[in-house]
Amino acid sequence: MKVKLVIKRDFCKSCGFCIHFCPKNVLKLDNNLNKLGVLPVCVDDESKCIGCGQCALMCPEACIEIYKEE
Amino acid sequence: MKSIYKKPISLNGVHTHYCTGCGHGLVHRLIAEVIDELKIRERTIGIAPVGCAVLAYDYWNFDVTEAAHGRPLAVATGIKRVQPDKIVFTYQGDGDLASIGANETIHAANRGENLTVIFINNGVYGMTGGQMAPTTLMGQKTTTTKLGRDHKLHGFPLPLLDMLKVLDGVCYLERRSLFSPAEVIKAKKAISKSFINQIDGLGFSMVEILSPCPTHWKMSSLECLTWIEKEVTKTYPVERVK
Amino acid sequence: MKRRTLISGNEAFAEAAIRAGCGFYAGYPITPQNELIEYMSRRMIAEGKVFVQAESELASINMIFGASLSGVRCMTSSSSPGISLMQEGISYLAGCELPAVIVNVMRGGPGLGNIAPSQADYFQSTRGGGHGDYRTIVLAPSTVAEIVKLTPLAFELADKYRNVVLLLGDGILGQMMEAVDEDLFDIKTKEYPKPWALRGCEGRAPQSIKSLYLAPGALEEVNLRLEAKYNQIREEEVRYQELIDKNTRVVLVAYGTVARLCRGVIRKLRSENINVGLFRPITLWPFPNQRLSEISKTVKKFLVLEMSTGQMIDDVRIVLDRSAEIEFLGRTGGSIFSEDEIIAKIKKMLKIK
Repeated sequence: MKVKLVIKRDFCKSCGFCIHFCPKNVLKLDNNLNKLGVLPVCVDDESKCIGCGQCALMCPEACIEIYKEE
Repeated sequence: MKSIYKKPISLNGVHTHYCTGCGHGLVHRLIAEVIDELKIRERTIGIAPVGCAVLAYDYWNFDVTEAAHGRPLAVATGIKRVQPDKIVFTYQGDGDLASIGANETIHAANRGENLTVIFINNGVYGMTGGQMAPTTLMGQKTTTTKLGRDHKLHGFPLPLLDMLKVLDGVCYLERRSLFSPAEVIKAKKAISKSFINQIDGLGFSMVEILSPCPTHWKMSSLECLTWIEKEVTKTYPVERVK
Repeated sequence: MKRRTLISGNEAFAEAAIRAGCGFYAGYPITPQNELIEYMSRRMIAEGKVFVQAESELASINMIFGASLSGVRCMTSSSSPGISLMQEGISYLAGCELPAVIVNVMRGGPGLGNIAPSQADYFQSTRGGGHGDYRTIVLAPSTVAEIVKLTPLAFELADKYRNVVLLLGDGILGQMMEAVDEDLFDIKTKEYPKPWALRGCEGRAPQSIKSLYLAPGALEEVNLRLEAKYNQIREEEVRYQELIDKNTRVVLVAYGTVARLCRGVIRKLRSENINVGLFRPITLWPFPNQRLSEISKTVKKFLVLEMSTGQMIDDVRIVLDRSAEIEFLGRTGGSIFSEDEIIAKIKKMLKIK
């Protein structure tokens, strides 16, 4: 199963919930600021993602969407 | 590509004014997911409070009005009584619901109005700068309890749900929180139940959600979650109250 | 002989409202209008409409807010102290342009005051007791029959302009019973579509009803649009009644119960060949400025009478100051005029023994 993470980079407020609660360390803080002037979340290694959805579950900004290929 | 998670239709998906790590955004999203799942978006009417969530009508994708501070449950009574087929819910902070609006809350509950209430307990008045709220913990510092809440001066944290428990008009009360994925899932279940109760006409349902306020607690977003898990739950245990 | 029915002012407000299509009433007990809420508690349920006895007047007006935004004709009623509790809600109704009818059976004030009649809420009603720039239409019946005529009008004007309409009675008018022609209750009112109502977004885009405008200039824009509406109301909705002819030497300016008292005074003085006229505003807002100004071209003496220490006189002065002699006679704190004291005042103005 191949999982694809779609992140609305400029909506992220850098709270870190998704990174903290991801069981597979798929996510990390980006090095470049987004439009809000914060370091948003970005995908570190998509192959490790198991599609558990905890990142999207914890996101206060609904800026993470998760898709998978059959 | 099949979606595991997509933004709910009932959420507009616009940038919100909430601070980093604020619980409002999260609960808005849970409510929107529940409304999508129950397929009630087109017959739901939300009532925003006065407080940080006053702009909720910009974030939800269904009819929303905004009540005077503390009055959402009176407005909701008026709406529900003349539109019994619609799903009416109020979204209120601790100041709105348990301080200025406590009387409206008690009487709407006591009348057993068939309504859903989402009560955000973040222990402070957020929009106005972090003053003490009815739910501020003993010893907690706020801009109006600089040396920490002292019951001799500021009274005790108000156990609103436990007060409402004794009212026959009340059908369902649950206190949840947001400090972990498991808790967020339970919070969503409770929100869903509070809407289903209304759909089934079972009467007054309220879900209290312990919510982080990093800006006024002066903690990082993640520290807030730990604070809720360790401290807030001592005064406000996460449990099914009725 | 027409069939007539004996009914009190309070109950006339209630029955006329029901006949005018009032679908929601919320209220709270307060003397001297308890009979109104009691009547509504029976009749609204009997008519399959919604009645709620609220926990306070403050809750009542906010329930009205909810019913009104649902597109349902709605009414609340109270008396002076209770109306004070509704002022914030009235400001919100104005800010959201929500129609509502509010009956104030005025009593002695300030403070707890007493339960006797008064007209001392004139300022609160016509200037607005809540915050911000807004106006409420204010109608002042002086008989129980006129209550039955003005209440349906209140609902029509509320819907037509999406505005709050106040109906001002007082302790006398509310409690007094009079015979009223039954056909007055065959009420038909003009309906107005309410696309703005929140009834769920099925088949349309979601809507919101709110009065918060944070963006710079946004609220000013709203308020200027409202002011244009208020100007239209000033132009089109002024109502008054007058008993004036070319021989009139003094015009009594009074409304509601006091205007009725003046009729007795006028009859008595006519028998002494003293021609005294009456100018009775029916809309206290919009105040009948134009007509009053026209009258002052022929009559130069005005006596303003009010159960207060002088409130409506301000509006009379705005129109007539320096162009006529304006005197005031008031009774306050729930006290009522006697005809003799009014007659004495008039004779003094006309320098008659």
